[in-house]
Amino acid sequence: MTTTLEPRKLRLGRIGDSPRRVDGTPKVKGEFAYSSDLSAPGMLWGHTVRSPHAHARIVSIDITEAVTVPGVRAVLTHADVPGEKSYGLEFRDQPVLAIDRVRYFGEPVALLAADHPEQARRAAGKIRVDYELLEPVTDMERATSQPPLHPGSPTSGHGYRDDPRPNVVRSILIRHGDPEATAEVSVEGVYETGIQDQAFLGPESGLAVPDGEGGIDIHVATQWLHADRAQIAPCLGLRTEQVRVHLAGVGGAFGGREDVSMQIHAAILALNTDRAVKIVYGREESFTGHVHRHPSKIWAKHTARPDGRLVRVEMRILLDGGAYASSSTAVCANAAAFACGPYAVPNARLEATVVYTNNPPCGAMRGFGAVQTCFAGEAQMDKLAAALQIDPVELRLLNALAPGDTLPTGQRIECSLPTAEVIRRAAALSPPEPEPLPRDPLRLPGGAGNTTRGEGIRRGTGFAVGFKNICFSEGFDDYCTARVRLLADGSAEVYCAAAEVGQGVSNVILQVARTELGIDEVRLAPQSTVTVGSAGSTSASRQTYMVSGAVRDACRAALEEREARGEGEVDVERVYRHLPTTPLDPETGQVTGERAHVSFGVAAMRVVAEVDIDLGLTRIVWIGTAQEVGRAIDRQAVEGQIEGGIAQGLGLALMEEIQTRDGLITNASFTDYLIPTALDMPPVETVIVEDPDPDAPYGIKGVGEPPTVVSTAAVVAALRDATGRELPRAPVRPDEIVGL
Amino acid sequence: MRVSLRVNGTEAEADCWEGESLLWALREQLGYPGSKNACEQGECGSCSVLFDGVLVCSCLVLAAQADGHEVTTIEGLADGDRLHPVQEAFLETGAVQCGFCTPGLVVAAAYLLERSPEPSDEEIREALSGNLCRCTGYEKIFAAVRLAARSQVGREGRG
Repeated sequence: MTTTLEPRKLRLGRIGDSPRRVDGTPKVKGEFAYSSDLSAPGMLWGHTVRSPHAHARIVSIDITEAVTVPGVRAVLTHADVPGEKSYGLEFRDQPVLAIDRVRYFGEPVALLAADHPEQARRAAGKIRVDYELLEPVTDMERATSQPPLHPGSPTSGHGYRDDPRPNVVRSILIRHGDPEATAEVSVEGVYETGIQDQAFLGPESGLAVPDGEGGIDIHVATQWLHADRAQIAPCLGLRTEQVRVHLAGVGGAFGGREDVSMQIHAAILALNTDRAVKIVYGREESFTGHVHRHPSKIWAKHTARPDGRLVRVEMRILLDGGAYASSSTAVCANAAAFACGPYAVPNARLEATVVYTNNPPCGAMRGFGAVQTCFAGEAQMDKLAAALQIDPVELRLLNALAPGDTLPTGQRIECSLPTAEVIRRAAALSPPEPEPLPRDPLRLPGGAGNTTRGEGIRRGTGFAVGFKNICFSEGFDDYCTARVRLLADGSAEVYCAAAEVGQGVSNVILQVARTELGIDEVRLAPQSTVTVGSAGSTSASRQTYMVSGAVRDACRAALEEREARGEGEVDVERVYRHLPTTPLDPETGQVTGERAHVSFGVAAMRVVAEVDIDLGLTRIVWIGTAQEVGRAIDRQAVEGQIEGGIAQGLGLALMEEIQTRDGLITNASFTDYLIPTALDMPPVETVIVEDPDPDAPYGIKGVGEPPTVVSTAAVVAALRDATGRELPRAPVRPDEIVGL
Repeated sequence: MRVSLRVNGTEAEADCWEGESLLWALREQLGYPGSKNACEQGECGSCSVLFDGVLVCSCLVLAAQADGHEVTTIEGLADGDRLHPVQEAFLETGAVQCGFCTPGLVVAAAYLLERSPEPSDEEIREALSGNLCRCTGYEKIFAAVRLAARSQVGREGRG
C-alpha cells in the first residue's frame, strides 16, 4: 500500500516558500533520533531519587544498602558533585543535588547508575533519606510574611527594585502618567490562573559520554546549548571547552527545556563511572523535572471616559515562582509590562511581584507573564464595554495601540504594530451558524460521552486581543551566531546552534541561506557548542528573528569574501544583535534608554463555545484569529505555530492545571493532567497579517507566543457570554458553569 | 523469558523480563525505536503499533503477550524510500512539528484509512483522539488524513 503524492510545493524553499521540513521524512518514518532514542556502547542508565516532601530538612542519607544491589554502578549525593554545588538559569540558587534541605516535591536528592533502569529503580528504593519535615510555604499571598526559603536573597543586587520582604524573587512597579488621573466609569475584578505544564510529548532525556581525557560530550534535548554548557561546566569542575553539548532530537519544549534538567546529573554519573550514562524521565517524573507556568492572582481596575477612552489602568499581579528563581524575574517584568494589553493607556500603575514558595518551581512557558495578564486585562475590557454599553470590539478599536504611541514603560512604539487592523480582521471572520438538532454527539458538549441531545446547551461568543514582546528585553545582550562555509563544489554548509524544538527553525535557517546565497544546495550542520558560537535561546519568540539576522549576515559576508578572494573555500562566522535594549528604572519602571523591548506581536481572536449548563461540559465550536507576523518566512509553518499555540491557550482555559496539596503534585500523569485532544480542538480559521517591521531581518516577527497569550482570554470570554457568569479563574471548572 | 514474534514481517526474538512492555522490547531490544514513550499508561498514543493488524498502545501490551504474534511498527509502513500515503500527506500538509507524536499518529491514521477509506471529519477526530499532539493543534493532522484519503481513493480509481 504505497504511493507517492505529487509534491505541491518546492522541496527546496526560499523565504516565502513553504518547503517540506528538512527533518520531516525521518520523523514520519520513525527514524528521527530523539534524545530518548540514543545509546552508546557499555551505556548505563541513570536514575534520580527525588524528594517526596515539599519542604524538609535532610538529616541523613544512607546509601549503604543501595550500592549492594546487583547491576548498580554508582550511587551519588551532593558530596559527589565535583564542582559548584548549585546552578541556575539566571541565578545560581538551585542545588544540583539537595544538600541539607529540600524546597519542593520532586527535588533531586541522589543519583544512581545501573546496567538496567529497573535495577536502578529498585536500588533507589533502598536509599534511606531521613527527613525532618518543615512547614511548607504554599500560599503566595502569605509568602512575603513567612520565613525566607533562600535567606541569601539570590536575586537581590541585580538592579531590580529594592524589596526587603521575605521570599520576594522580584517585584516591579511601573508608574505612568498622572497618579491622580480619574474618569467617570470604572470596573474592577480579581482574576486567577492555575499552574500550567508545558507537557511536551518527549520527556526530558539525554546521554552523557566521557571522552576519556576528563571532558564530556552531552547529547540532550534543550532550548539553548551554550547556556546549558555555561551551567554544566562549573558544576563538573571542568573548563568550558571540556564540556561539549550537542542537540539531540527535541520532542517539544514550550519553555520547559530552558532550565537544565538531567544534563548535570548524567554528566556526573558518567564521569564517576567512566561510562556513558543515559537518563530518560518518565511522564510522572517529567512533571517534577521542569518548571511550569506561574500561577497568578491579579487585582485590576480599569477607568475610562464615557466615550470609551481608557484613562487609567491599575493592576497588582502576584505570581508564584515556586522553590527556585529560574526565569521568574523576566516573567514578572513581562506580566507588568504587558498588563495593559495593546491599548493606549495614558495613566497606569502596574505592580507585579513573584515570590518563592515550596510549590513546584515555575519559569518559562510560551507567553510567560503576558498570558496571565491578558486573561485579566481582556476580562476587564469586556466588563468595561458592558459598563459603558459599547460593543466590546469597538471599545478595543477605540483604544488600539499604534506606532508612535507610548507604552506604560515610557517606550515609544517604533516597530510595525497594526493593532486596529488585526482586531478588524479577526472581528470580520464569520463564525458558523448554530447547528440544528439532533446532531452527532461528537458535535455536542460531552462528545463521545453522549451526555445530551441538545438540552441545556447555551452558545456564546468571546473576543480578545493578545499582546507580547518579541525577543529578550531589559538590557540583556542578546545575540545569535551563524557560520557559513561556501564549498568548492558550489554548495554551502550553515552552522548555527539554534535549538530546533519542532517549531521549524532549521527550515528558516535553510530558507534564509538559500535566498541570500542564491543556491539550492545548502546543508545545516548538526547543532553543537563545538562548531559555532551561541545562537541564544529558542524562546521568547526570538529564534526565527535572530537566526534570520545571523544567517543573513554570515551569508552576505561569505559572498563578499568569495568575491574578494575569487576562488577557494570560504568559512565565515557572524554575530547578529537586535536593536539594543536598556533596563527599566527600578523605582519608576520607566525606560532608561530608547527601549526596554525590541518588537511586539499582536493577535486577536473570536471564539464560539457551547456549554452544557446541566453538566458543566463545554465544546469549543470554532475559533477565528488574526495575527500580525511582520513577514511570514513560511506561511504553513506560521499557521502551525498559531494553531498549536491556540491549543495550549485553550488547554489553560478549560482543563490544564497542575493540582497541588501542601505543595505536593497530585496529578502528575496524562490520565490526570489533561491536554486538548483531537476532539477538543475546534476548526481554526487564521488570517495572517503582514506588516514588515523595518528594524527586523526581512521584516519578520516571532509568531509562537501571541496565539497562546490571546486564546485563554478569548475562550473564557466565550464561556462568560454563554453563561453570564464572571468566571474569574482559568481553567474554568465544570462546577462554575452549572446551575444557571 | 524468550519471546518470539514477527515485527514488520521479520522474525524476531527477545529475552524479556516478566514486567517488560512490548514498547520496551521493540525500542530497546529489537531495534525499533520509532515507537515513542511519552506517558507509559496508554493515554498519549505515541507508542501506537498494529498488533495482529489491530491498533494498540504497545506500552500497555506485555512483551510476553506478543509471543507468536505479528507486530507492525512505524518502521514497517514505508516501502524503503516509498512512503505510505499517510506519511506523504503528513509532510505535505505541515502536520509534523516536533514529531514525537508523529509515529503514533501515522500508524493510527493508516489504521483508520484501512477500515474507512473516506472518513468523515468526526470519524477522523474520534479515531485520532487517543493520540496526543502538543505542537500542532491537530488542524494540519486532520488535513493530512483527508489528503491521504483522497490520494488513496484516487489511486484506487486509477486502478
